Amino acid sequence: MTETRRPRIFLVEDHAVFRAGVRAELGDAVEVVGEADEVEAAIELINERIPDVVLLDVHLPGGGGHAVLNGVLPHHPEVRFLALSVSDAPEDVIAVIRAGARGYITKTISGGELLQAVYRVAAGDAVFSPRLAGFVLDAFSHGTAANQSGTVDPELDQISPREREVLRLIARGYTYKEVARDLTISAKTVESHVSSVLRKLQLSTRHELTRWATDRRLI
Amino acid sequence: MRRSSDGRVLAGICAGISQKTGIDVTILRIGFVLVGLFAGFPVLIYALAWLIVPLNTETTNIFSRAVADRRGIRLVIAIIPLVIVTQIVVSLLHVSFVGIISWPVFLAAGLTILIWRNASEPERVWMHNDLVPMLSVGSEGPGRWKVILRTTAGAALAVGGIVVLVLGHPSTAALRPLGGALLVIAAIVIVFGPWWLSLVRDLMAERQARALAEERSQMAAHVHDSVLQTLALIQRSAEDPQSVVRLARAQERELRAWLFEGRAPGSIGDEVTNLAEGVGLLQRHVEADHGIAVQVVLVGDCPLTEGLRALLDAAREATVNAAKWSGAPQVSLYAEVEPGAVILFVRDRGRGFDPAVVPADRQGIAQSIRARMARYGGTVAIRSAPGEGTEVELRMPVPQ
Repeated sequence: MTETRRPRIFLVEDHAVFRAGVRAELGDAVEVVGEADEVEAAIELINERIPDVVLLDVHLPGGGGHAVLNGVLPHHPEVRFLALSVSDAPEDVIAVIRAGARGYITKTISGGELLQAVYRVAAGDAVFSPRLAGFVLDAFSHGTAANQSGTVDPELDQISPREREVLRLIARGYTYKEVARDLTISAKTVESHVSSVLRKLQLSTRHELTRWATDRRLI
Repeated sequence: MRRSSDGRVLAGICAGISQKTGIDVTILRIGFVLVGLFAGFPVLIYALAWLIVPLNTETTNIFSRAVADRRGIRLVIAIIPLVIVTQIVVSLLHVSFVGIISWPVFLAAGLTILIWRNASEPERVWMHNDLVPMLSVGSEGPGRWKVILRTTAGAALAVGGIVVLVLGHPSTAALRPLGGALLVIAAIVIVFGPWWLSLVRDLMAERQARALAEERSQMAAHVHDSVLQTLALIQRSAEDPQSVVRLARAQERELRAWLFEGRAPGSIGDEVTNLAEGVGLLQRHVEADHGIAVQVVLVGDCPLTEGLRALLDAAREATVNAAKWSGAPQVSLYAEVEPGAVILFVRDRGRGFDPAVVPADRQGIAQSIRARMARYGGTVAIRSAPGEGTEVELRMPVPQ
């Protein structure tokens, strides 16, 4: 990655064992500037230290991950959040992404992949787990675009055929590099497609998004 | 020129000509049908073209395969006496119009036998799934009115024809030569009858043999999926007597259920009715039995058909293969419901293999995946290279 200095990381996670595990996995590649195990402390410390990337557990005592996002982003929109979860439950995904997280990964991710995801989010790109990619395909591909309020740009209610191809490959378990090779495009282009999808995911009023999240349970 | 496989109604010949010449395909079709009704010979030309012109997705034509089909050729020859009989009857009744039509139509029917028997697998599946239902005589559901319509039309035509024949020719004049014709027909039947019978018997035997072979291959697939897989697991856990006992017991239970209750091992039970449940069950079973994490992504959902059950069985086999051979700790399973098909990918980042050098006796890919999918018109693509992991792509058509 092009980052010259180590990204400054903040860990929000209520399991001490997992925090220690993440620290060990990331090692010297990042600088961990702080940790918190509940919502209020997290908001306070993050607003004070302004890290590059916050690794945010979705399930937190005192309001959940999206409460942290709501407490930080209005004051410091430059802080980037990468959500971590054990469950991949649709409600979790939709809540943190819509609240402003730049990415979503599950805790089963390997150390190397986690580091890559952190770098990517630090550089302003989006990180999609296969499940998140599948979720977007599901919510955006099926049914007609139904805009509830009618006030938002209809562009936001659709994903382009190219974006769909990229998401499909990610959902099949391809890394960005493999997606780029398969579609013969650059890794940078893959990243911009994913970021564009993330933007649509955050801004779209498509009612399928909410319906999908409430209808679908874990399979 | 090639026959078009996507714009086809029957053989794709009109669509092929239209692509070649630019003439509108509907005009060509109407022309063909009209001329065919009055002259008959276009029907023969059409059948010949079907036989000789290859499909645009294939390199060989049906004819090249048909020359080796001796039984099919015998069937065609058996039709010739029928043509002669018809000609005799027709010439006696002085309805030469029918005579002009019947020659080419009978010959075309003969060629259709060769086409049916020697078409490539995908075209056969297409004919079976899309043409046969058109001719079906099933009397329930939306097809019922078609049957009624056809029966009525057929009966009306037959009655009309008989009336025309009887009224058009004074009975005294017509009956005498008819008697002679009956004698000739009887002679032909006596001469050729036993041969026809033996042909029919041969055909029935052939069909039985095919059903038997199919049953055998299904059984082999089941035994492979259950017994052989368990034996491999037992060998691997030889140091752990407890898990050997557990595996053996589970296998015994499964085999008993198969032999005495008819429940096929390793397949998705009837209690599962939609794709999401089936995929979830597959994930749980493979994770529990084989100690590999299965990461599932599913886009859309639909009710399970026979074909989709086969797809899930094949997907389970691909996942188990990944667990056994790839060495990877995780396998990704992605399924998407598309209009008209379900597509499923099983991917691992393990050691991979060269698909060209898999020994033929490795049941897994041949029987459990390819044969299973082909039985319901599905397709399989396997991408792998040593060190690159493996991806198995399964596609199963779903009636909309």
